[in-house]
Amino acid sequence: MEMSANSKSLTITSSDLTRRELLTVTAVTTGGALIGGQLMPGVISPATAQSAGAATAPLNVVLRVNGTEHRLALDARTTLLDALREHLHLTGSKKGCGLGQCGACTVLMDGKRVKSCLSLAALVEGREITTIEGLAQGEQLHPLQTAFIERDAFQCGYCTSGQIMAGVSCIAECHAGSPQDIRDWMSGNLCRCGAYDHIVAAIQDAARATGSVRGG
Amino acid sequence: MHPFILDRPRDLSAALAFRAQAGRNDAPAEYIAGGTDMVQLLQENVRRPERLVSLAGLLDNRIEVGSQGLRFGAAATMAEVAAHAGVIEQFPVISEALLNSASPQVRNQATMGGNLLQRSRCPYFRDVGYSACNKREPGSGCAAIGGENRWHAVLGTSENCIAANASDVAVALVALDAAVEVRAAGTQRTVPLIDFYRLPGATPHIETVLEPGEVIAAITMPVNPAARRSHYLKVRDRASFEFAVVSAAVALEMDGTRIRQARIALGGVGTKPWRVPRVEAALAGANLDLATLRPAAALAAEGAQGRGHNDFKIELMQRAIVRAVQTAGGRA
Repeated sequence: MEMSANSKSLTITSSDLTRRELLTVTAVTTGGALIGGQLMPGVISPATAQSAGAATAPLNVVLRVNGTEHRLALDARTTLLDALREHLHLTGSKKGCGLGQCGACTVLMDGKRVKSCLSLAALVEGREITTIEGLAQGEQLHPLQTAFIERDAFQCGYCTSGQIMAGVSCIAECHAGSPQDIRDWMSGNLCRCGAYDHIVAAIQDAARATGSVRGG
Repeated sequence: MHPFILDRPRDLSAALAFRAQAGRNDAPAEYIAGGTDMVQLLQENVRRPERLVSLAGLLDNRIEVGSQGLRFGAAATMAEVAAHAGVIEQFPVISEALLNSASPQVRNQATMGGNLLQRSRCPYFRDVGYSACNKREPGSGCAAIGGENRWHAVLGTSENCIAANASDVAVALVALDAAVEVRAAGTQRTVPLIDFYRLPGATPHIETVLEPGEVIAAITMPVNPAARRSHYLKVRDRASFEFAVVSAAVALEMDGTRIRQARIALGGVGTKPWRVPRVEAALAGANLDLATLRPAAALAAEGAQGRGHNDFKIELMQRAIVRAVQTAGGRA
């Protein structure tokens, strides 16, 4: 990614700087917290975003994510989603509404799908969290990831990781027996591009591939 | 989000010692369990507690169905209760109400106790951009009366608040005489669910009879011969993941083609889950034809008051009763 003209005072040589790190740095160096904040609300730390009021002492929180244990010191207000994205830098889980309505933040907790924006991170200690980053086995994509690619089940891609995590559960729960069944049990995930037909088809494909087509 | 101290007590007695005020929005301390409603309200600054006391892992979550009836711990999730074989077989209205609620993700997170304590979906309550909301800010007025009130209640309202209770499963539970076991430090009491909720009156910010420090520990329901033949009809603006415009929970005990006993409660129309005893009485001994059902259902409208946009609910709830009774009556 090219450097923005506005960040001329900044010299970055590292070739492995991520797009996300670059956006963060750019937003800061342009004095453009506002600009950066508007473009990418997610890059502002929760502490900054929540600003006002004296913060209480951070809580020690141990999170188990994708099989690895992480020790974090978190503001009590930190949601599981913000802990994943801002502290563990697992940015596959997306922040859409932050209010449990869109499903872009869907992860698995002890194998069950949940909305990570509705859980406080400090209250899910001891639970096994699986994010989209933990779905593939090495280079081997999960069958539903493959099906999403084959069925072109996304346009902008913002809802995709949440759709896939919810879809994995939908199949595991045996609620992928018919398009109607899938639509009902995937209703917690919104797609503003309207890729629903392709998403349903991808879930049907993956359900057949994994032999879990029993209706619910 | 307003800053708060988050307490993670080791056991329930430690949690109860904090004397939180569950169900009230002017409290300095509140409980949090599944968090699905609380975190939304925190995010939107509708609730601003100084202290949150976690009940995660501290409350019973067992589900028991037996000859005494039904009992589940308050920490049982909506998904667990909905999928329980005994609930599906003996109390289908409960499973149906739950499966028609929220989304699969939220049902995995939300507890039954928290479901009963979820706050209203009144958009004026949920949006602090509106200054007038007696439920959020006592004495500030009601923006819904005279405002956009398509979603609001027509039964049990007051001049101070017309917000509808949002729970689906509470409607099913009220229809079948459920009660809640309420615990505080050193005390325990049982309250019929229908009496657990308060009418808004002059204090719409106080929604339940919970006293400071009390939590819902369990939900119980007696055996009822009508429970097996029960049904939850939810009328809403889209097919899934939406709150009720109108809903009806119906349980019938049949004697051949005649109704021996009917239990009916309504959702989406009341400031609390709304039982309709006059309709139930009119249906005792009745058959399932429309000429009988319609005048009985019309009794539900007694005392109903529309506020403009929600006038249609008064007719719709009668039709919902008729449809739900026919569906339940048609079941084996």
